[in-house]
Amino acid sequence: MGIIIKKQNSMKKILFIEDEAALQKTFGDILSRAGYEVIPALDGEIGLSLAEEKKPDLILLDLILPKYHGLEVLEQLKGKEGTKEIPVIILTNLEGMEEIEKAIELGAKGYLVKAQYSLEEIVQKIKTVLPD
Amino acid sequence: MNFKNILSQFDIPGQCKKYGISVWQHPQFLFLVMGVIIIISTLVTYTIGTKYISDPYLVALIVLILAVVLFVIATIITQSFERLAEASRMKSEFVSIVSHQLRSPLSNLKWAIELLMSGKISPISEKELEYFKILKENSDRMRDLISDLLIVLRIETAKLLTKNSEFSLAELVEELIKFSNPFIQASNIKLTSKLDKSLPKVFADPSQIRLVVENLLDNAIKYVKGGGNVSISLKNEKKQVFFEIKDNGVGIPKDDQKFIFQKFFRSGNALKHQTQGSGLGLYIAKSIIDKYGGKIGFKSEENKGSTFWFTLPINK
Repeated sequence: MGIIIKKQNSMKKILFIEDEAALQKTFGDILSRAGYEVIPALDGEIGLSLAEEKKPDLILLDLILPKYHGLEVLEQLKGKEGTKEIPVIILTNLEGMEEIEKAIELGAKGYLVKAQYSLEEIVQKIKTVLPD
Repeated sequence: MNFKNILSQFDIPGQCKKYGISVWQHPQFLFLVMGVIIIISTLVTYTIGTKYISDPYLVALIVLILAVVLFVIATIITQSFERLAEASRMKSEFVSIVSHQLRSPLSNLKWAIELLMSGKISPISEKELEYFKILKENSDRMRDLISDLLIVLRIETAKLLTKNSEFSLAELVEELIKFSNPFIQASNIKLTSKLDKSLPKVFADPSQIRLVVENLLDNAIKYVKGGGNVSISLKNEKKQVFFEIKDNGVGIPKDDQKFIFQKFFRSGNALKHQTQGSGLGLYIAKSIIDKYGGKIGFKSEENKGSTFWFTLPINK
């Protein structure tokens, strides 16, 4: 419980746009334990509106999502004044050249393939983009 | 369909690259070629016909019949190639589906196991940890198998992500040996290495060459049963970097040797010794080395051991 000692308003907010409820649970849990406030979004549309409303410090974005594809979400985020500065890390299982190139071109800070990383490694990657 | 979409249909080189097909398998390209052949044949037939046949109706009939026959043949050929191109497109889509649909539940499983094993949810006993390790090992095996399948499909559709750079093969091999050390010790293997660190650098994708060395090292360790020796050497030979890994393991039966670089092939003694593997590692290794203009080979004797080697051109 030690991590939760941090005050709510000092916690950095991560918007986690991921349609898999199981992944929201496990990874959301890990992020909370690492001291972040996690805002879950189960599809691209909710993700976009929460990004504008909550102004998170970081967005973790899956690519295969209901309603909007992750790359469309990224494009819209980077096109809006209120959200364009928020760093976005793609967290997906797609690893085609086209997706990676497009994501970087649209301004993603990182591209992580879920199957290739442990939870701890992903948290470390997040910390490099979002230092304490 | 807008004008841009119509134009994109005629971007033949772009589409060939996208779907991993040759230009001769591209339906639109074939259609154009067949069209040109029909026009030329019609003109030639007309020219010859008017020279030797006095009746203009007969000439027109011959030209018409020829044009119809050629058109039918062209349509049949184009359609059959279109089916081939469609099969290739479906294979590309399959890569994407396999990638996401199989890996997603596996990621959930892997991360949930990691979370349980970390003891952050609740304290776990030694016995529970043992079973979690079994679950993790098996989910890792599934992940590796899917990764191998995806690499094979990407190699075959020319979609393997490649980022070439200049790097030291000696450093890469050394790093991999260090990384595999716990596995080497657990297998009771004595590993010796002779790496010429003054070797010139090679120009390739380090992650792909890493896959090759990893596969060869992994095989050497796996097939040395009950302890043994593995030796690795790296030297400059005929203006090429020459890597060799030698083991005194179970070896490969003579009859199996010609199939060893084939996809999904597993040697009889690999199955006999219940060694885990997908039969894709050596196929991947050969495809990668071929791609960089190198050579790969081996010599082996059953129950005595194997020596695998590969070469890579030096970056001048």
